[in-house]
Amino acid sequence: MTGFEPRILESKILGNDCIAREIYRLTLKYDNAEVKIKPGQFVNLYLNDKSMILPRPVSVCEAGNDRLTLVYRVVGKGTEALSGYAPGEMIRVSTPLGNGYDISDVVSTVKGASKKIVLAAGGLGVPPMIELAKTLRNEIEGRADNSATPDTSAASNTGATASLPDTDKKPEIVAVVGFQDEVFLKEELERFCHRVLVATDSGISGFHGNVVELMKTFEQPGDYYLACGPKLMLKAVSEYCLEKNLPIQVSLEERMGCGYGACVGCTCKIKEDHESVKLKKVCKDGPVFRGNEVVWDD
Amino acid sequence: MISLGKNQKVVNSGNSDSDLDLRVTIAGVTLDNPVTTASGTFSARESGAFYDINELGAVITKGVSLEPWDGNPTPRIAEAYGGMLNAVGLQNPGVDAFIRDELPYLKGFDTKVIVNVAGKTKDEYCRAVEKLCETDADMLEINISCPNIKEGGISFGADTSMAAEITRAVKKISKKPIIMKLTPNVTDIAEIARAVEAEGADGISLINTLLGMKIDIYQKKPVLWNRMGGLSGPVVKPVAVRMVYQVRRAVKIPVIGLGGIMTGEDAVEFFMAGADVISIGTAALVDPEAPVRIKRELIHFMKNNGYRSLQEIKDALL
Ligand SMILES: Cc1cc2nc3c(=O)[nH]c(=O)nc-3n(C[C@H](O)[C@H](O)[C@H](O)COP(=O)(O)OP(=O)(O)OC[C@H]3O[C@@H](n4cnc5c(N)ncnc54)[C@H](O)[C@@H]3O)c2cc1C
Ligand SMILES: Cc1cc2nc3c(=O)[nH]c(=O)nc-3n(C[C@H](O)[C@H](O)[C@H](O)COP(=O)(O)O)c2cc1C
Ligand code: FES
Repeated sequence: MTGFEPRILESKILGNDCIAREIYRLTLKYDNAEVKIKPGQFVNLYLNDKSMILPRPVSVCEAGNDRLTLVYRVVGKGTEALSGYAPGEMIRVSTPLGNGYDISDVVSTVKGASKKIVLAAGGLGVPPMIELAKTLRNEIEGRADNSATPDTSAASNTGATASLPDTDKKPEIVAVVGFQDEVFLKEELERFCHRVLVATDSGISGFHGNVVELMKTFEQPGDYYLACGPKLMLKAVSEYCLEKNLPIQVSLEERMGCGYGACVGCTCKIKEDHESVKLKKVCKDGPVFRGNEVVWDD
Repeated sequence: MISLGKNQKVVNSGNSDSDLDLRVTIAGVTLDNPVTTASGTFSARESGAFYDINELGAVITKGVSLEPWDGNPTPRIAEAYGGMLNAVGLQNPGVDAFIRDELPYLKGFDTKVIVNVAGKTKDEYCRAVEKLCETDADMLEINISCPNIKEGGISFGADTSMAAEITRAVKKISKKPIIMKLTPNVTDIAEIARAVEAEGADGISLINTLLGMKIDIYQKKPVLWNRMGGLSGPVVKPVAVRMVYQVRRAVKIPVIGLGGIMTGEDAVEFFMAGADVISIGTAALVDPEAPVRIKRELIHFMKNNGYRSLQEIKDALL
């Protein structure tokens, strides 16, 4: 919950740039509105061409003050039209929807220098990891100002915490990100993560294989997993964590009608208390759920 | 903006124009204005986050059935040109949970509550209706687009005698006014309308969704898990207007018109075709504030074009 009632706002496009093949970074400015964002939330984009009536849900990649950055891939008519929108044009966009990642659970679970938070993402699951990494980094370093870029050099970190007892030292944030071929947003992740490990299906860059295969090469597994990406990947990461009894949060995707909880179009099955299975709305109750509570059909 | 609970009823702001009469009485129940929400596209807490529910003439709830229904697996939603397909499959928590958890909340608003009822057999409809008759719901809307599992899954509403039979059975036990919600997937809508009127229906609402399908030609499979789904939104509006027009001329009972209403002008079109009340469905998914915006636009249209009452619009068609 953001504490804000959701709204739809006219927003000005500040930038809409191609950052990789068919991948665009859209920067928006909410008109006269300050908006609170939790990492893992998404916004609805309402297209100008009214023959495409449904909103397009896109995850928040980065946010600050009245700014919002989204990264999307052109996959169909809507995103293709979107890629043609020029800076200066207006677009209708919702305030952030859904519940994001439970940051306080991560922070309270993972304490100490030898601890590791793993952000596992594949493809278009990578964009929301930026805001997530930024928020986590600020939380564990106790920063109030979330616009500041933390110092990523490992030396200064160990230097600063050397004399503290282990539990007072900061955990490490490691991103494990997978792409089919072309890598994007790596530098942005490096601003906030201690380490960024890349896997590509094609082997063009980094580890040749997928995120889960790369994760399994770790000598020491992470202490907390946060994931976003294709369902099969989320399922595999969840199963890995379940086996090792590690906490995991995953961000699900589903075809949506309204995006705000009115149409019941976007259900998923969630095991509550490891017992009864309940139908939950991805848009309203999610998109982030505990990986061990998701019922992975098919 | 904020939804108001009990004891916080506000004066209906839309009717403050004393020269405009938006009130409408159907089946003995007076609505402050003719704008209602279409079944399955409104959820009190979620929709109420965007607008003041007290502004609505009535809310029509999502379909409730005797037992809880899980609905269909996903994908349940697909887009069509100027519309959408849904195969939610009437997921709902069942009538008991609805009466316990949702109805009291809805009754806290200064609006009428019309409960939409779904069923798989005649008996299921009747038992859900019986339970709802013991509540303070204002009216019941019977969705007869549901498949009849005893008759090979054909929709009750697609067959004149089955539509009549359900109406008769429900009317026999109901203490509340009964609106029959008709499916457009029929050859002769007027015949079905006459049949349900003859069995005592207090009103008719139409249209429900048109059966449709979308195929992903690259994946070579239907987009919806259920393969087929209900088409709604602006793309269906001409069909809906035509059917409201035909039904208006076939029966005397009140008509709730819906299907693709996106603007106040669309609403006017339905009134001219003969609707007494209108419902906003898909528009509210696309623009959460649509019901109150459309009400505003309707008032604006009436003022600009010299109409003082809904009756004048209804009488205007040449
Ligand atoms: C919570 C959430 C977060 C998302 N975040 C991102 C993101 O950060 N970056 C990104 O590139 N994409 C993201 N997506 C996927 C994105 O919504 C779709 O790629 C986009 O809607 C495709 O629209 P289109 O018109 O180009 O495709 P079309 O196939 O022409 O769209 C037709 C319809 O299907 C829907 N649709 C198509 N693909 C998807 C999909 N994968 N998921 C949900 N609905 C879909 C569309 O919204 C539209 O209603 C997210 C989806 C969800 C549910
Ligand atoms: C997501 C969705 C769910 C619906 N659920 C119901 C329902 O439970 N009962 C019902 O009678 N009609 C249901 N309908 C049909 C609508 O109430 C309405 O008749 C139809 O969508 C046409 O109106 P519209 O074009 O304004 O949406 C549903 C429609 C949609 C889009
Ligand atoms: S998309 Fe409508 S309820 Fe989630």
